[in-house]
Amino acid sequence: MSEQKLQSQTVQTTGHAWDGDLQEYNNPLPAWWVYTFYVTVIFAIVYWVIYPSWPFGKGWVGGVSNITYVNSAGETKTHSWNTRALLMEDLNKAATAQKPYFDKVAAMSYEQVAKDPDMSGFILSSGKALFADNCAPCHQAGGQGVVGFFPNLTDDDWLYGGSFDKIHETITGGRRGYMPSFGEVLSGGQIDQLANYVASLSGIGHDAAKAAAGNTLFHSETAACYYCHGVDAKGRKEIGAPNLTDNIWLWAGVPSAENPEGKVAAIRSVITSGLNKGVMPAWAGRLSPEQIKVLTVYVHELGGGQ
Amino acid sequence: MQTGLEDQLGLYQKRIPVFTRSVKGKFRRFKTSVLVLAYAIYFLLPWLPWSRLDAPAQAVLFDLPGRRFLIFGLTVYPQNVVWLALLLFIAAILLFFITGLVGRAFCGYFCFQTLWTDFFIWIEHKIQGERPARVRLYRQPWDREKVLKVGGTHAAWILASFWTGLTFVAYFTYAPQLVADFFTGQAAAAAYITTSILTVSTYAAAGLMREQICTYVCPYGRFQSVMYEAETLAVHYDARRGEGAHGRASARAGQRTLAERHEKGLGDCVDCGLCVQVCPAGIDIRDGLQYKCISCGLCIDACNTIMDSFNFPRGLIRYDSEKNLAAPVPAAPRVEWKRLKTIGYGVALILMSAYLVYSIGTRGSYDRSVNQIRQPLYVVLSNGDIRNRYQIRITNKAGQDQTYVISASGIPAGALDLGNFREITVKPGHSGVVQASVRLSPELAEHTHRFELFITPKGNPGEARSETVRFDSPKGTHE
Repeated sequence: MSEQKLQSQTVQTTGHAWDGDLQEYNNPLPAWWVYTFYVTVIFAIVYWVIYPSWPFGKGWVGGVSNITYVNSAGETKTHSWNTRALLMEDLNKAATAQKPYFDKVAAMSYEQVAKDPDMSGFILSSGKALFADNCAPCHQAGGQGVVGFFPNLTDDDWLYGGSFDKIHETITGGRRGYMPSFGEVLSGGQIDQLANYVASLSGIGHDAAKAAAGNTLFHSETAACYYCHGVDAKGRKEIGAPNLTDNIWLWAGVPSAENPEGKVAAIRSVITSGLNKGVMPAWAGRLSPEQIKVLTVYVHELGGGQ
Repeated sequence: MQTGLEDQLGLYQKRIPVFTRSVKGKFRRFKTSVLVLAYAIYFLLPWLPWSRLDAPAQAVLFDLPGRRFLIFGLTVYPQNVVWLALLLFIAAILLFFITGLVGRAFCGYFCFQTLWTDFFIWIEHKIQGERPARVRLYRQPWDREKVLKVGGTHAAWILASFWTGLTFVAYFTYAPQLVADFFTGQAAAAAYITTSILTVSTYAAAGLMREQICTYVCPYGRFQSVMYEAETLAVHYDARRGEGAHGRASARAGQRTLAERHEKGLGDCVDCGLCVQVCPAGIDIRDGLQYKCISCGLCIDACNTIMDSFNFPRGLIRYDSEKNLAAPVPAAPRVEWKRLKTIGYGVALILMSAYLVYSIGTRGSYDRSVNQIRQPLYVVLSNGDIRNRYQIRITNKAGQDQTYVISASGIPAGALDLGNFREITVKPGHSGVVQASVRLSPELAEHTHRFELFITPKGNPGEARSETVRFDSPKGTHE
């Protein structure tokens, strides 16, 4: 019994006794735990008032923290708190913060924008983001393009022209590059002659006899290359026909070929099968006129602008 | 029978209230001077005006939105993070150095927990009276007097805590504007949140928790013990002198003078308990050096007062080293600095401080970074020339607009194209970006791997700096 006595001094019991002496310990929860629990209860009630919580009918109890935003259709919407509405609100705020800059861009000429130190910072950062979102999938992050697929925007060679206006025209309306295939029109020998001639224009190792024959063929009505590429083979920007006399290659895998034979073969393959994949989509309607203007200046300043 | 259940001990010790008695003496005077000085600096510094061209006229302003820290005439930018690192290093080494010499001096005299607790005890003392009055008030039921006095004390504490919090916020924004905005509900949310958090934490730490912060919360108080050595000075009770052969005893008749006591084999300690009553940590220093002791020296003042009143020699409790106390004949306590560790810390302290001063003294008025554009590394142009592009970013750290001129060496004249900007003017605290490109013929490109870019602030050629940059080409790509 003395043990029990000691026990009742040290540990609380529930106060009940069954079968004479059967008692139950009462070990209360620690005070810090109980108070923390009360705090969580209060927190929950505050949370219910502020944020969406209980399902209610077909909807839910929305709470008092509504978010008002303007959606992409231009409608003002008020919604109970959720992360999507929060994002929309953030986007609205960002758009409002950017608006003075875009307004400024809209009011200035391309040359003014490019020469203004304050605006050049804005063009660099917002243009980079716009380029990364819309252009980089094809033209690559730095605008360097991919030989055989997408033109390099950082060099000084432009299919359609590298002035502000031409770049703007390209982004707005898109482009479609096309070259007919000559595989069925010309014989293999003729195509080889033409390929050697084109190689000779860029100073690539070639067969001089074949190149001379190719020269004739280039300017003849049989192949009629000069229609598009011009008598001097320097291309025609109004139709996007490339300059064949420079060191820049878009479609033929010349830079990656290891020897002159390979380079000539790469040219031959383009003449044989032609091209119908030079498609740049039109961005008018997808991007706002101000965004296109920012992109125009950004692309122009990538290094190739003329 | 289950064992163990019946002897459950609480995991948490209930706080034993500490009612400190006020005391006079040189350590009290020192503590008060430090408190007054520290408070004067902390509370008044945000109000010190300092004329500036492009920022509020506040001597010390941590301008977070502007990403700069204005400290009198010095403007610190995030790029100067090495200064902060140095400062933290110096603070750490200074701590090791001082603790090795004179123990927990930081804890006892300079720590904000100690300062604020001291101030809060002073408030408590002013409202509720000296220790006996406070003990009586603590024991008496909640009557009118107790409610008024205790309530008044807590109200004063909260007020002091609030002003502490608001002052902290005042370092981050223009103080007069902040105070005006704060009470009209127009200050930033961050100001209200920070002030509330600091008010609550100051009130809790200095008013309610006090020594428990040092004992249970502060990691620093605990790890300081590893910096102690046998030669380290610390607040010690001279047990040999105090306890004698037969222990301490009160100064009753017949054992009042030193001669009488020594004859009876009694120690010099008259067991008045004053050293315990004045201790803000609530400990008995006569139990020996202990982790709760913050080394504030108040027990020294208390004991010296008593020793004086009995005409006993002072220094029964004193700053001394374990080594000296253990010596057969203790010498006069003195600071022992001739130790490898202490000298090492001292040298490190001097070197780092000198470097910090040098670094701040020779800071440039602008920052620059030149990044080669890597996508693509180089571009082959239509005539075969190779072009590399670079982004030059210049941050103006001077107080006024500055124009910078960029030039190059190691490449032919005309190879460097700065696009639309021959020179760039940058506003103070802002950055300007120049897109530069370099165009070389294939032959030249093959042999050019590096060249120098020069950035010269106009009208200040002494601060011209050069930057070595790479040039990449299809054949010359290296590394």
